[in-house]
Amino acid sequence: MKLLNHTLKYLSITLFVIISIWAAIFYVNMLDEVYDSLDDGLDNYKLLIIKKAEEDSSILSKKEFAESNYEIRELPESIAISRKDVHQDTLMYMLNEEDYEPVRMLTSAFTLNDKYYELKVISSMVEEDDLIEDLLYSLIWLYVAMIASILIVNNFLLKKTWKPFYLLLDQLKQFKLGKDAMITPAETQVKEFKELNEAVSLLLDRTLETYQGQKQFIENASHELQTPLAISINKLELLSEREDLTENNLVAIGQVIQTLERLKRLNKSLLLLSKIENKQFQDNEQVDINAIFKNLIEEFSDFAEYKNVQISFQENGQLYTFMNKNLAEIFITNFLKNAIVHNTENGSVDVTVNSSSFTVHNSGSNVPLDGQRIFQRFHKKSNEKNNTGLGLAIVKAISDLYGLSVKYDFDNGHKMTVSFK
Amino acid sequence: MKILIIEDETELMEVIRQSLEKENFRVESAGDYDSALNKIISFDYDCILLDIMLPGGSGLDILQELKNLDKSDNVIIISAKDSLDDKLTGLELGADDYLTKPFHIAELNARIKSVLRRKSFGGKNTVELANVKLDLDDRTLHIDNQPLPLNRKEFDILSYMVVNKNRLVNKTSLAEHVWGDHMDEADDYEFIYSQIKNLRKKLKESQAGIEIQAVYGLGYKLVVL
Repeated sequence: MKLLNHTLKYLSITLFVIISIWAAIFYVNMLDEVYDSLDDGLDNYKLLIIKKAEEDSSILSKKEFAESNYEIRELPESIAISRKDVHQDTLMYMLNEEDYEPVRMLTSAFTLNDKYYELKVISSMVEEDDLIEDLLYSLIWLYVAMIASILIVNNFLLKKTWKPFYLLLDQLKQFKLGKDAMITPAETQVKEFKELNEAVSLLLDRTLETYQGQKQFIENASHELQTPLAISINKLELLSEREDLTENNLVAIGQVIQTLERLKRLNKSLLLLSKIENKQFQDNEQVDINAIFKNLIEEFSDFAEYKNVQISFQENGQLYTFMNKNLAEIFITNFLKNAIVHNTENGSVDVTVNSSSFTVHNSGSNVPLDGQRIFQRFHKKSNEKNNTGLGLAIVKAISDLYGLSVKYDFDNGHKMTVSFK
Repeated sequence: MKILIIEDETELMEVIRQSLEKENFRVESAGDYDSALNKIISFDYDCILLDIMLPGGSGLDILQELKNLDKSDNVIIISAKDSLDDKLTGLELGADDYLTKPFHIAELNARIKSVLRRKSFGGKNTVELANVKLDLDDRTLHIDNQPLPLNRKEFDILSYMVVNKNRLVNKTSLAEHVWGDHMDEADDYEFIYSQIKNLRKKLKESQAGIEIQAVYGLGYKLVVL
């Protein structure tokens, strides 16, 4: 639920409750005031009638309301003495409404010329049901109007107010460590947004610093390891050119060079892995997977021939993807290399490329591999000295980086399926 | 031919110097930023090997200075940083090549000779040895002026061996040069033998004055018969 609607939900509930309570109180108060005013009027009227009766006794014989709004009846003294003024609601037939309508009636008693009379004065009054109905409709309209205006305010004014926030959010979504584009927060007068912008900028600065530090560390580590390796290998290469060496010496030097080469490869693979995981490969482009396969299969042909492995390539579709070209080559190289290395004499490697996936199937041992563990670092069979144990870890790092799915199946051989989005 | 090595690692510099002196080059060296700057301003070199990380400054600044002096076209950057940024900056500043440490001596040799060929023979990119003539631009081989067709890998092997004549070329070095970096982990590079076998046969049949010898356990050596 969006923030705007979220506040609206709570606001509408609160408003509903407040308006309802307010309506009840308002109704009671208003009615109270109306009665008060009516009763005052009736009291005044009573006094006027009594005064008039003192001057004109004919009205004492007015025993029906009829056209006027009072009636007078004689009362025995005993009842009249205990009579007090009573205001009450009652019903009376109204000609115009053709219905009984509520009226307010004052029942009183007075004495004139030693005689006692009962006086009833009426006044038409508010129709309560109509009042409630009117009030209800007014309130509903008020409620709707308020919600509508809040909606409008939310959508226009608040949206405008929250603009710096959404702008920042968009930029954060796009943000990638190591890319040059920095976050540029929008100017805002709102204190919270200002603080948010500052906090995000600070956080990013620190993260970038860490990232740069790490990058620097990887490069320094590379430098520190590569140079001694370079010196050792090159010195041995020079040494092996000396004329006074026996064949045994040469073999020994050759073995040391091979061992150092292994160390070099291991170092290179570890660096590559860190670089991928640190997202240091940024320059993505449209990559033609079919072409890379064709090219690499050609590169591997001598190796495959030497291992007596037949490589077949089938194109069911053209596969393009958007990634770093170097990584794409490394990715595919690792599949091909694995498929050739872990194969049998007279075995085969079958590559199939579809428009959104490719599979590399190879003959090999009859034991299915552990589909989870093969992608872990240094997971390898102990006797393979030429395998760094990082090949599939690199594959996994690359597939994680680009959101590709890599699946291992045992299907009359080992099958790797890579699906692109 | 005069070559300047700008490299702060004394041992590495010494190995490169020894290797280059075997090729009869005159070699000078500089171990830090200031002495390197002095040398490039005072003298002319046919080829400069330039390390990027130096005490006292960056090799890229030296390259910039060389560019200002219009001398940057014969520079080969040798760096432990396999950094695309540095590579691009270096090449933009006019460097001829970029080699990542650790490299093989034979590879360095091949790159240096490529720079020197471009500088010396008026753009004619050919190598001649005995009765063998290689044109590296057209990728053709002539033996006694008779063309001998080679496949891509055979040609790459032969040209690499020819520029490293009389030197022992490590099989890893040869594999990386011809097959690319992809072939690591590939069973001690024994697979390169079949291409070499074919090449040897072709050379022998055409009575070439050169021969590729195997050095057991290590690699190959091209000698003039």
